[in-house]
Amino acid sequence: MARWSMVIDLDKCVACQGCSIACRFENNTPIVSPEEAELGREMLWNEVFPLRAEEGDIASEQSRFLTRPCMHCENPPCVKVCPVQATFIGDEGIVHQNYARCIGCRFCTVACPYGVRYFNWYAPSWEEGLEQHLNPDRVMGNGDLEGPAIRPRGVVEKCTYCIHRLHKARARAEAEGREIRSGEYVPACVQTCTGKARFFGDLEDPNSIVSQLSQERRAFRLLEEAGTRPKTIYLEEG
Amino acid sequence: MATWHPKNEHEQIILAPVKQGVGRDRILWIVLASILLAGIAAWARQFVLGLGVTGMNRPVYWGVYITNFVFFIGLAHSGTFISAILRVTGADFRKPLTRAAEAITLFSLPFGVACIVIDMGRPDRVLNMIRYGRFQSPLLWDFTAVSLYLLSSIVFFYLSLIPDIALCRDRLTDVPPWKHRMYEILALGWTGDSHQYHRLERVLDAMAILMTMIVITVHTVVSWVFGMTIQPGWHTALIGPFFLLGAIFSGTAAVVIVLAILRKLYHLEDALPIGLFNSLRKLLITFTLGWLYMMIAEFLTTYYGSLPEEMEVFWQKFTGDFYLIFWGMTILVFFIPLFIFIFRAKDSIPWMVTAGVLINIGMWMERYVVIIPTETRPRLLYELVQGSYRPTWTEWLITAALFSGMGLLYAIFTRLFPIIPLWETVDSLEHEPEPERPEPRRFGERTAQV
Ligand code: SF4
Ligand code: SF4
Repeated sequence: MARWSMVIDLDKCVACQGCSIACRFENNTPIVSPEEAELGREMLWNEVFPLRAEEGDIASEQSRFLTRPCMHCENPPCVKVCPVQATFIGDEGIVHQNYARCIGCRFCTVACPYGVRYFNWYAPSWEEGLEQHLNPDRVMGNGDLEGPAIRPRGVVEKCTYCIHRLHKARARAEAEGREIRSGEYVPACVQTCTGKARFFGDLEDPNSIVSQLSQERRAFRLLEEAGTRPKTIYLEEG
Repeated sequence: MATWHPKNEHEQIILAPVKQGVGRDRILWIVLASILLAGIAAWARQFVLGLGVTGMNRPVYWGVYITNFVFFIGLAHSGTFISAILRVTGADFRKPLTRAAEAITLFSLPFGVACIVIDMGRPDRVLNMIRYGRFQSPLLWDFTAVSLYLLSSIVFFYLSLIPDIALCRDRLTDVPPWKHRMYEILALGWTGDSHQYHRLERVLDAMAILMTMIVITVHTVVSWVFGMTIQPGWHTALIGPFFLLGAIFSGTAAVVIVLAILRKLYHLEDALPIGLFNSLRKLLITFTLGWLYMMIAEFLTTYYGSLPEEMEVFWQKFTGDFYLIFWGMTILVFFIPLFIFIFRAKDSIPWMVTAGVLINIGMWMERYVVIIPTETRPRLLYELVQGSYRPTWTEWLITAALFSGMGLLYAIFTRLFPIIPLWETVDSLEHEPEPERPEPRRFGERTAQV
């Protein structure tokens, strides 16, 4: 069984926000008005944050950024608190979000220490014309609605490691009667990354790029002390 | 067999409000009902448009609604505290207060539950909680505990009401027929036989123990919705006891307010002597000091630990965006009430009420200040995004509606049933020598108390 993981090399990240945009178009995240954004209701499953410089930090001259998808924690606080199992951890370590079941209690959003989860305050909307060009992919069936499927108002959504791409890759591999090849399934942000800072693969496979990179001295995880054991791994700058 | 009722010297004055027609109350009811309706309309609008009509955002995902939820459940604790816990400990001064206090429980719980539904993004999917309920989620603990609490409160309340309903049935013969019919049905054929009283006392004693356990569980579980996350300021073992103490504190203060109003409006001065207020005053002094103890225990530990993410929230409260609410709360629930209780409130109902009102406003602020500041500085995000929150009119209107709804139910109740338990406040329930009836001893049995 695979354990999907992403490695982000902060040294190579140029903070272009290409990942955010690619994610937006891949996953049909709604666009909010400037006033709503002002309130802090913008939706970017993968956000690029400027880091606040520490006072007296010599390096503070340099602007620093952090790009942040879901950590797909191995011990996810969000999953623990969901009353209806609308968010759950799959066999391959991906933390799913089922829009068809979520009751919108927002317990997961306050429990996630990474601020990864977004709530649909209103029904989703897109700018003129854009709604003609939404990604038709979705994962659905059996009371399940995931991936880029259009979310109704009042439910929570978040980065899924582009789970619909995994489904597609798997379907193709099964049709051809083989295993998924490495590199056959990558999320949109990894594919698009300008600085080639993002890597994706299977942690279970010792030869995969993510396994190799996760052993590097620069490797770290966000809030390691929180015990969430993220599968999104960062490589430190410098 | 003719129904026997114990002789209560205050029977006339206690029954008077029930006997009188609705009269001028109608205005009050209409006002409260209109606010309630306005709130329902606001909620319907919120349901159609989405939770965007509130001030909630990212990362402040929970706001006034959840504050109200915690506050209402806290208010509910007054009744159980006074009728169950004081029953178990045998504090007899509680007797005239029990029903007035239990009614607060009964009428605030449904509104507490409503808060959860109002806060949900998809209230239409509320049944998913039952269909797919995961017992690992603290929210389901809440759901279960509060439902159980509501159910057992109804039973407890109703049981102790039966003898008085029977009394209304027999004494109030000139009330409208529907009202009389209601008494007949609800009295369940009560005859006032001494076995019945005996059995009733025993059931109430046993239920009081159960209720005591439930009440402690409920508010602890409410706090665990916060405590079980790893957000700074919430993730502390103290949050359970702190919530519980706060609940009983605000609940008891609410009893003072309600009692004073009833006493004045319904001329119950003789049935509710001032000594009651003095007993409540002593309880409240204890709670005020207990509250201080909890505050110090919590904040001193945080301050000495000085974990960076905890300190972000700590300073948010002490000097940051929430300093006005935080210090206002401290003054309202601690300094002023303690001063009033010690120097002014003895034998003075107006002062007691003042303190009660301040404590309740302060405790609402306290709930707010426990919940919101943590959300504005969540664990990772405090470095990245800083949240703020400003409730909108929808939230305030719905809040007002919740309080009006509770007041409305209470006001109506006092016109239908005696608000002071008649049978519990008499000197003696014995109308004939206890007949010899060997009964097997059971768990929770006590010798008949008179
Ligand atoms: S990062 Fe947040 S949303 Fe993602 S798995 Fe961890 S707790 Fe859940
Ligand atoms: S908002 Fe949805 S996914 Fe999150 S805890 Fe509630 S039901 Fe679960």
